Amino acid sequence: MIPFNMINTFIGNLGHFALILAFVSALITAYSYYQYTIAQELDKANWRQFSRVTFYIHSFASITVAFALFEIIYNHRFEYFYAYSHSSKALPVHYMISSFWEGQEGAFILWIVWNVVLGLVLIHTNKFWEGPVMIVFALVQAFLVSMILGVVIGDLKIGSSPFILLRDAVSAPIFQINPDFKPEDGTGLNPLLQNIWMVIHPPTLFLGYASTLVPFAFLMGGLATKRYSEWVRPALPWAQFSAMILGMGIIMGAYWAYVTLNFGGYWNWDPVENAVYVPWLIMVAAIHTMITFKKSSTALKSSIVLVIASFILVLYATFLVRSGVLGDSSVHSFTDLGLSGQLLIYMLFFLFIAVFLAAKNWKHIPTSDKEASVYSREFWIFIGATTLALMAFQVILPTSIPVWNALVESFGGISNMAPPADQIGFYTKFQLWFAVAVALLTAVGQFFWWNKMDPKALREALVMPYIISVIISALIIVFGKVYDIPYIIVVLASVFTIVANSSILIKLLRKSTFKLAGGSLAHIGLGMILIGIMFSSGYSEIISYNLSGLTYSNSWEEEMNKEHVLLWINKPTQIKDYTAVYRGRQKKVVGVPGFVNVKQLKSTGEINEAIALEDIMARGRTYFSKGDKVNIVLEENDYFQIDYYKDSVYQFSLNPMSQFNTSMGLISSPDSKRFVNRDLYTYVSAINDYEDPEWREDEFYEVAPGETFYISDFVTTFEGGEVLSQVDGLDLREGDVAVKAKLVVMDYDVEKRLEPVFIIRDNQVGKIAAIDNELGVKVELENIKPETNTFSFKVNRYQKDYVVLKAILMPQINILWAGTILMLIGFCVAIYRRYDEFKKMRDKGMEA
Amino acid sequence: MKKGHIIGLGIIAVAIIIIMSMIGDASTYESFSNAKAMKTKGDDKAIHVVGQLKKGQSGNVEGIEINEDKTSFYFLMVDNEGTEQKVFYNEPVPPDFSRAEQVVVIGAYKDQDLFVADKILMKCPSKYQETELKTAGM
Repeated sequence: MIPFNMINTFIGNLGHFALILAFVSALITAYSYYQYTIAQELDKANWRQFSRVTFYIHSFASITVAFALFEIIYNHRFEYFYAYSHSSKALPVHYMISSFWEGQEGAFILWIVWNVVLGLVLIHTNKFWEGPVMIVFALVQAFLVSMILGVVIGDLKIGSSPFILLRDAVSAPIFQINPDFKPEDGTGLNPLLQNIWMVIHPPTLFLGYASTLVPFAFLMGGLATKRYSEWVRPALPWAQFSAMILGMGIIMGAYWAYVTLNFGGYWNWDPVENAVYVPWLIMVAAIHTMITFKKSSTALKSSIVLVIASFILVLYATFLVRSGVLGDSSVHSFTDLGLSGQLLIYMLFFLFIAVFLAAKNWKHIPTSDKEASVYSREFWIFIGATTLALMAFQVILPTSIPVWNALVESFGGISNMAPPADQIGFYTKFQLWFAVAVALLTAVGQFFWWNKMDPKALREALVMPYIISVIISALIIVFGKVYDIPYIIVVLASVFTIVANSSILIKLLRKSTFKLAGGSLAHIGLGMILIGIMFSSGYSEIISYNLSGLTYSNSWEEEMNKEHVLLWINKPTQIKDYTAVYRGRQKKVVGVPGFVNVKQLKSTGEINEAIALEDIMARGRTYFSKGDKVNIVLEENDYFQIDYYKDSVYQFSLNPMSQFNTSMGLISSPDSKRFVNRDLYTYVSAINDYEDPEWREDEFYEVAPGETFYISDFVTTFEGGEVLSQVDGLDLREGDVAVKAKLVVMDYDVEKRLEPVFIIRDNQVGKIAAIDNELGVKVELENIKPETNTFSFKVNRYQKDYVVLKAILMPQINILWAGTILMLIGFCVAIYRRYDEFKKMRDKGMEA
Repeated sequence: MKKGHIIGLGIIAVAIIIIMSMIGDASTYESFSNAKAMKTKGDDKAIHVVGQLKKGQSGNVEGIEINEDKTSFYFLMVDNEGTEQKVFYNEPVPPDFSRAEQVVVIGAYKDQDLFVADKILMKCPSKYQETELKTAGM
């Protein structure tokens, strides 16, 4: 008989074969496209045909690689290391997709596939440029595929393959006994990535990364074929596309961080974030200089430098994040797969080619001799692009500190430089002023763009927007209570760019088409983003100050603000204007809206399965009856119900999540109440571990029915005893006596019934304790004394359940999100316009 | 002087300001004894110290004192030179704190005896680094 879980080596071999095929076909494609570009007119058609076929083979192979890896994850083939370490059986399909790119190898496959898609689009939308552009594409693909090739030649290991078997990746004794051993389940997906944004964010980001290659490839093609300026037209819509997608990736990442992570915001200046922000800034700068060039034949050299920089910076960012060089300076850097050398070669190869081609042709690149006038748009756009570049420089420099240390150490020196201790303060003090400058430039720049300007015309054009924006700013400053000078300047600059660009937008819409409105829309979006950031970050307010009135062992400690508040269960606690009450833990149950309190559920021992202990009601409907088997959505997730009251009137509940994960410890996700003008953002920062309580020493109480006593500080009423005819989980026999004591424990406004049971069978005494995890109380009925008509109870206490909560108010965060959407729309309009332009010229045969 | 030159000089000036400020604001990795010496000299700058939590003979983490309201705590840390130091952190105990293989504290000495951390970075045994199969799931 064939063993049930036999190892499937076929799919891994298929994947590995496809990898090698993809690598070889990429090299052949590069070679044949090269032959195509230098071939005589007669041979061209043949070479083109051949090159396309090889690229199709490469595309097919790359997609097969992706398919094979997904097949391994989808069918739970845990004999493969990748499936074992990145997925598990409990994962729903959409999270299997996240498993696919959780590991570095999967991420590279994603990148490769996007390049394939872009390459196919370019082949079919370009005539002249197909050859030169595809040479660059094919070379990049060869490098990328080599990262996951997994080929060992002697001591040289090329790439880390996702198709290695578990038994080859790890050394465990079990494989000596049974080489065909296959684990029952994988170790699962990082819980932080179990989020819908993590399904769509990485593909967006990698499309952004991949798309920076397109303008770069056009530029390289232009330099190599000595078409120094013609490359700009086809490259421009792609540069805009790239900036749009990268921008979208940044925003999605920020939004994911905001809803999933608990660092209290959407941006942390983490190296991983900076690694996308910097190429994006440079790409935006490149777009502006390219547009200028198209209008007035200046700024070509700056465009060339910026396009090269954006592509190289993407590679540099990949190197930073994925080579392990960041070490402990980032919360989410990847571990070193031994690819740092390969990544470095990849980056330096293209850097060298780009610099070589640019330098060789530098003196042939057309420049404009005339000095740009201060009243020309070229001048202001150039200043704007320079500001963006400086902004990028200010971020990439400190982010590279670990690289600097590594560099010094590799030459035998000692460098103990560390990133700035207060990252947010450090970056903000520059980025804030750069952003103000950029906002002002976008306002003024747009006037220069659409009109011929001299000092008088400029004054006339700017007076009205200026007055309007001062009035609006004054209103914002007064009503938003913006009393810090830097923030007042941010408001002025942002409102100015919104007003100025709006007036341009209205003029454009009146006079011509919507097609030209991209720039002004994006700039209005920028203004809104700045105002949103200024309010939500600059005026974010921690409201969970601890007002418990505890005295500390040190007086200086009292002066330190405790930014978290301890909420005991059921105990009303003041949090600024609200009274918050923690009401217990909940689970998400399949088919039930909202959450279900854990008191209503009992685990069956199977994964994600429980028995309903009582009827499960929600919104006036019964979803499950007592005794039903229910399915829990990810049973590791606990949702902590916290009710908010204002003047004793219930307002809303928030349910921040916390997951105790065996491999990663406690994971905490925030829950926010969204208002139009602010968010109340809360998360739990510490929880009580009540699974395995350490009960304190015994306490004994002797109480008569009807009497009231105190357990800890709970008022407890003993209502009396009751003889039972049946006991849950026990068969009563003839002659058995079972008695339960009815205790009512009051905890603030909550009444709890604890009913310990006392059983006598054949002169033996049995006790069933009543345990309340929330109160941390265990009560046993110890004895019944008929002579005094009293019951004696044994009580053990543990601490009450609690959560430690942090609550932050983030004003006007919706302006930020709205601004980002507007900016993305602006980009789309601009892409449409520039692509349309390119298509018309191409169809006229004036492509190059 | 041409406008281009002025702009060029402006760019260089801003770039120099950026570099200087980075060098000025960059923190450093120090040992506890160095950090204490800095404090004695009146230098209150926040620095990074790399080390481990103090462990007892049985391998359990020792010396964590949680304040009563659970919003701050003290712990003992041993830096890479072997110096033991009491550290205060004005935040709740990070959930997987006691499992950390390595901790980096960013902060400064409050006085001669106590180091106050503004931020703690932890390196936890990551699932990405596992080289041995766990017995669970076998």
